[in-house]
Amino acid sequence: MQKLVLLGDEAIAQAAIDAGISGIYAYPGTPSTEITEYVQHSKEAKQKGIRSSWSANEKTAMESALGMSYAGKRSMVCMKHVGLNVAADPFVNSAITGANGGMIVVAADDPSMHSSQNEQDSRFFGKFAMIPVLEPVNQQEAYDMVHYGFEISEKYKIPVMLRITTRLAHSRAGVSTKDKRQQNEVSLPKNLTQFVLLPAIARRQYKDLLKNQENFTKESETSGFNKFIDGKDRKLGIIASGLGFNYLMENYPDRVCPNPVLKISQYPLPFDMIKKIAEECEELLLLEEGAPLIEEMLKGFLGNNLKIKGRLDGTVPRDGELNPNIVAKALGMTDIHGKDVPAMVTPRPPSLCAGCPHIDSYLDLKAVLAEYTPGRVFADIGCYTLGALPPYNSVNSTVDMGASITMAKGASEAGLKPAVAVIGDSTFTHSGITGLLDCVNDKTPVTIFILDNATTGMTGGQKSSATGRIEDICKGVGVDPEHLHIINPMKRYHEENMKIIQKELSYEGVSVIIPRRECIQTIGKKNKDKSEAEAAK
Amino acid sequence: MKRDIILAGVGGQGILSIASVIGVAAVNLGLYLKQAEVHGMSQRGGDVQSHLRLSDKEIFSDLIPFGKADMIISVEPMESLRYLPYLSPDGWIITNTKPFINITNYPPVEDVMNELNSQSHTITIDADAIAKESGSLRSANMVILGASSPFLDIEYGKLEEAIKFIFARKGESVVNVNLKAMKAGRDIAEKHNK
Repeated sequence: MQKLVLLGDEAIAQAAIDAGISGIYAYPGTPSTEITEYVQHSKEAKQKGIRSSWSANEKTAMESALGMSYAGKRSMVCMKHVGLNVAADPFVNSAITGANGGMIVVAADDPSMHSSQNEQDSRFFGKFAMIPVLEPVNQQEAYDMVHYGFEISEKYKIPVMLRITTRLAHSRAGVSTKDKRQQNEVSLPKNLTQFVLLPAIARRQYKDLLKNQENFTKESETSGFNKFIDGKDRKLGIIASGLGFNYLMENYPDRVCPNPVLKISQYPLPFDMIKKIAEECEELLLLEEGAPLIEEMLKGFLGNNLKIKGRLDGTVPRDGELNPNIVAKALGMTDIHGKDVPAMVTPRPPSLCAGCPHIDSYLDLKAVLAEYTPGRVFADIGCYTLGALPPYNSVNSTVDMGASITMAKGASEAGLKPAVAVIGDSTFTHSGITGLLDCVNDKTPVTIFILDNATTGMTGGQKSSATGRIEDICKGVGVDPEHLHIINPMKRYHEENMKIIQKELSYEGVSVIIPRRECIQTIGKKNKDKSEAEAAK
Repeated sequence: MKRDIILAGVGGQGILSIASVIGVAAVNLGLYLKQAEVHGMSQRGGDVQSHLRLSDKEIFSDLIPFGKADMIISVEPMESLRYLPYLSPDGWIITNTKPFINITNYPPVEDVMNELNSQSHTITIDADAIAKESGSLRSANMVILGASSPFLDIEYGKLEEAIKFIFARKGESVVNVNLKAMKAGRDIAEKHNK
């Protein structure tokens, strides 16, 4: 046993290495990115030949992980919550095929939307697919649950979800490691039609999945991750899931809660445990880090006879992450605060870095669009989303990966011309190529900016899937080379760039403009690494 | 023993290095540690904070409750004020006085200083100037760490060991610059305390 200080994300990665994975698959997304990065930088993982490079998107990642499981080896696939939407098709169907080698799907949720466009709760997806879901409350449990998750994944031949949230992903604590397991050898499923989801087979497999629910529930009752802690004051029973449990305990300096507490960290819900606390206590308080999933299940549509307090009756705010103070209030304790923030303290919103190529791209575009009515720029997910803020105020939509191109297409077809899409190189290869193909097939008048900074910038500069090949991809999809331009987003080319943009905005077909200049952060990092390497010599 | 510390600054100012040094020292002393960081979008020139919690008893929450922090350690003056709701009535603020101005509506620096000096327990230091004297402007964060070191309840030698451990791969000169910067910060805090 070894004790390491690890981020929640890193604890998951180290556990996966120790539990004998053969591959990890992912597309970067906050707060999940550091799991895969840890494996990429691990010498041990390299020695063991664990594959870990980035996938083009979450769907390709999920499918590759499922393929590795089919071949009998253990795999992990990681994504942020909205990435699971992208991977939803293979995810839900992997519950029907089942697994062969152990497979864990890590979904990292972002309640309070620190770096996301929504705060959807992935536990719903786990319930929807009807697979076991593990929800660690701390870094040690995250580590332990990866080992346990692979065990039950192989025992029941089912993918297992590990659901974490931002505060666990990005918080460090000491973690004790377990014995290391060997990787599996290649071994195909006993039944070679297990993964063939023809209706006749799928119906049979689905019945197996339904039958397995009982086993999954039994695991939830007995694994020890769900825990009943008795208390004398039966007026109120507390069901706390995920980090809600931590914030509850934080409010008792001696770590003893006077009320009975049920800590929930594993799903499907442990029926007997829930029944026990509901019968013993007059009233229940639900503390869930995320949406009121358990609360809704317990209440039912008609409200039941149970007295339940939580996010639905306003005892706990309906949105946003929990914290110790929110929980204190829900417990009826005095809510202590320090002094107020002085009025002079001004917000310091994130902004594009000084020297960022996107700044010049937006200034070029903004200057040309000045002659049109506003409201025609469809942007995408990445640093360049910050173009929505002053001084650029240049962006009118940001929805999901790839939506810039297809939303511009729809708007153009509705009569909004010119319609402009702004997408980054990595987002383009993630989910933009198919939309571009739609535009080419329909000859839709759209001007698509692919901001090529040769990296996945927002998540910290990960390798982009098709650096140096963006224009070839566009040509391959069918963009007319006459309307495909690579420009240099620099102040000194402003006039020149404006002319090209002007021309293409009036073209009645598909134009692609690629402003190409490397991310200022990755250049800085390269220079720093170089000077440090020299200093260390 | 319990120390709940808010580390504050602007993305890129090196608050996470302060956290690592204290963290390594704490773990080497066998203390429990939790340290919540901010990654992702907010790092792009935005305000960043880290909740650093040390204790000889198990720590549950990754976040420090409001009104319970023992210290705010900040590498930027206005940023130290942003976290006052976390500070306990007898908590300390240790902050750099050098403003980082990347917004157009930064308040008058004089007002920020007056506000800081009106708090009950504040140590203000021009860490950038001291770091420069110590040989590297980039070690301003270590000056601030040094200034906060008398309040940490961690033996100073353990912090020095942690710096040696963390910066070892960057070479001896980087280690020495950081040690020197931390010492300079500590000297000022000790003078202030007398």
